[in-house]
Amino acid sequence: MNKILKGLLVLTLIASAMLTGCTKEEETIKIGALFAVTGGASFLGAPEAKTAEMVVENINAAGGINGKKIELIIKDTAANPEKAISFAKQLIEEDKVIAIIGPSTSGETMQIKDLCQSYGTPLLSCAAAEAIVDPVASYVFKTPQKDSYVAKWIFTTMNEMGITKIGIIGANTGFGNAGLGQLEKYAPDFGIEIAAKESYDKASTDLTAVLTKLNARDIEAIVNWSIVPAQSIVPKNMKQLGMEIPLFQSHGFGNIKYAEAAGAAAEGIIFPAGQLLVAEKLPDSHPQKKVLVAYKTAYEQKFNEPVSGFGGYAYDAVMLIAQALKNAKSMDRNGLRDALESISGFAGASGVFNMSATDHNGLNMSSCEMLTVKNGQFDLYK
Amino acid sequence: MALNQILQYIFSGITVGSIYAFVAIGYNIIYNSTGIINFAQGEFVMLGGMIAYTFSNFMPLLPAIIAAILITAAIGGLIENVFIRRMRKTSVLGMIVITIGLSILIREFALSIWDEQIRALRFFTGNEISSVNILGARISPQVLWVLGVTLVLTAGLYFFLKFTLTGQAMRACSENPTAAKLCGIRTDRMVSLSFMVSAGIGALGGCVVSPLTQTHYAMGSDLAIKGFTVAILGGLGNPMSAVAAGILLGLIEAFSISILPMAYKDVISIIILLIVLVARPSGLFGSRSASALKDY
Repeated sequence: MNKILKGLLVLTLIASAMLTGCTKEEETIKIGALFAVTGGASFLGAPEAKTAEMVVENINAAGGINGKKIELIIKDTAANPEKAISFAKQLIEEDKVIAIIGPSTSGETMQIKDLCQSYGTPLLSCAAAEAIVDPVASYVFKTPQKDSYVAKWIFTTMNEMGITKIGIIGANTGFGNAGLGQLEKYAPDFGIEIAAKESYDKASTDLTAVLTKLNARDIEAIVNWSIVPAQSIVPKNMKQLGMEIPLFQSHGFGNIKYAEAAGAAAEGIIFPAGQLLVAEKLPDSHPQKKVLVAYKTAYEQKFNEPVSGFGGYAYDAVMLIAQALKNAKSMDRNGLRDALESISGFAGASGVFNMSATDHNGLNMSSCEMLTVKNGQFDLYK
Repeated sequence: MALNQILQYIFSGITVGSIYAFVAIGYNIIYNSTGIINFAQGEFVMLGGMIAYTFSNFMPLLPAIIAAILITAAIGGLIENVFIRRMRKTSVLGMIVITIGLSILIREFALSIWDEQIRALRFFTGNEISSVNILGARISPQVLWVLGVTLVLTAGLYFFLKFTLTGQAMRACSENPTAAKLCGIRTDRMVSLSFMVSAGIGALGGCVVSPLTQTHYAMGSDLAIKGFTVAILGGLGNPMSAVAAGILLGLIEAFSISILPMAYKDVISIIILLIVLVARPSGLFGSRSASALKDY
């Protein structure tokens, strides 16, 4: 009896050794993700993390990439740059990930840009600031539309409306400051005068005082550039002050919850954003329509909440890596980097990506569309 | 500056100041009966707004708000019973650290019960776009609600503390807990009550301002810092001076925006706090001799 047991034991040991040997051969592709799932920027990070998980699940269910499964390691940075740095180091050195997606905010991304570059690990940021890819760092990419496109879209629309004198406000964050900088940079090109510029604390709860100040400057429109909940407070405060001038916001407004929180005051807000928010309203010939509708339906069914532009950034980051790995000459960090740089004509959630050595965003002006709020819904402007 | 503009800044300042005051009153009530600075005070404001929003989906506004106040007060009482009462042997500083821990705990619970989205209670009168014209200044009707509730609350609290037996007992505990005990006052009950009252007041504040400021699970910590500034500014231990200090700080901030870039707003309020702390450590309205007898 004892001998049989011993024999069985040896057999199991051999079997388990063989099994582990097998799994080693079948190694997964590790992708790290830094998202602000909690904290002040959780409205960015939460949909991003959910999306990334969903997309990876789908890729794995369909057999993975070149027969290998993806293993997604998500770290919650709570929008804290220090956490982003230490998690990035952990992902690169300990988990040996092939690439990192995220962080959610521009401030965090700028903190780890040099780090990823020096470790030679591809970074696909889900944050918007132009400075992430300008100047280009060879390992750093980003999926959201560039700030400058957004600024140019706003000014183009203003030109059509005959607006020449504006006030700009923004949150005192990496995203807000970068946006205000872009607005100031391009305003002269469009013949628009910025009569007042103010930035507010990201936790602001009442902005009537600063709007009163702007109102005294005879401006014809206001641009608010932020990703914080203040985006719903500004429209409310403007209506309460009886300000009837148009309000433009940045692509950060691309979350229907903000429009809901602003209620009736959200009507008529004009903002540039990716086509995801109006996916069903696009013509069938639109190159992204199929991708957008598929992602939107899958997300809304799975999580029972409306899709936001932010989740789309994470969708693109994962899909771009998946696409690049299929084309890559070698399945390592450098192979992935080279393949990412040569992606072209890839229809994602934020636009059609055409990467190059000088353009690590790969989107063009047509990746944005002017949207407005009509009857509590996002709709195409015009 | 034109009159209507000055008025506009005044209204803006009073609105913001009232929000600070709601938090600062709560600090003071708990400080009075325990000597603790309860840093979870901002979370009570958040809970009030969140709970009222959830209830308002299937009942009228008034019962939803009352339910939110009662539930938050119950949570305040529960916290006192479970954590504060059992740790009375800990130093005051230790207790303050416990309240910071509690604030993180409540925030995380709120994140899992609700989610990371912002919510806004519907306006009591009118909606997001209605506004009232007062001498050329335009304000939301909700601002009038905020001011009215602050006024009624301040008056009510004054009468409660001054003229009711329970209120007097609460004050007695703050003056001298040992003497209060000798007079037959159940000090532990008063501590419980003070937690419930300040949680309830925080929740009421959270409901009234929610249509204007919106409610977010993480809003508590920022409110806690501003409310703390106001409580210190007014002089710890006096709920009435907290209201005055809150409105004063709100006005200073509003008018600082009219002259300087808004980014300097917090710098100015912190500078004022520092000046007050150096020149009058007992606060603007606090009594010097009384503060000399206190631990903090």
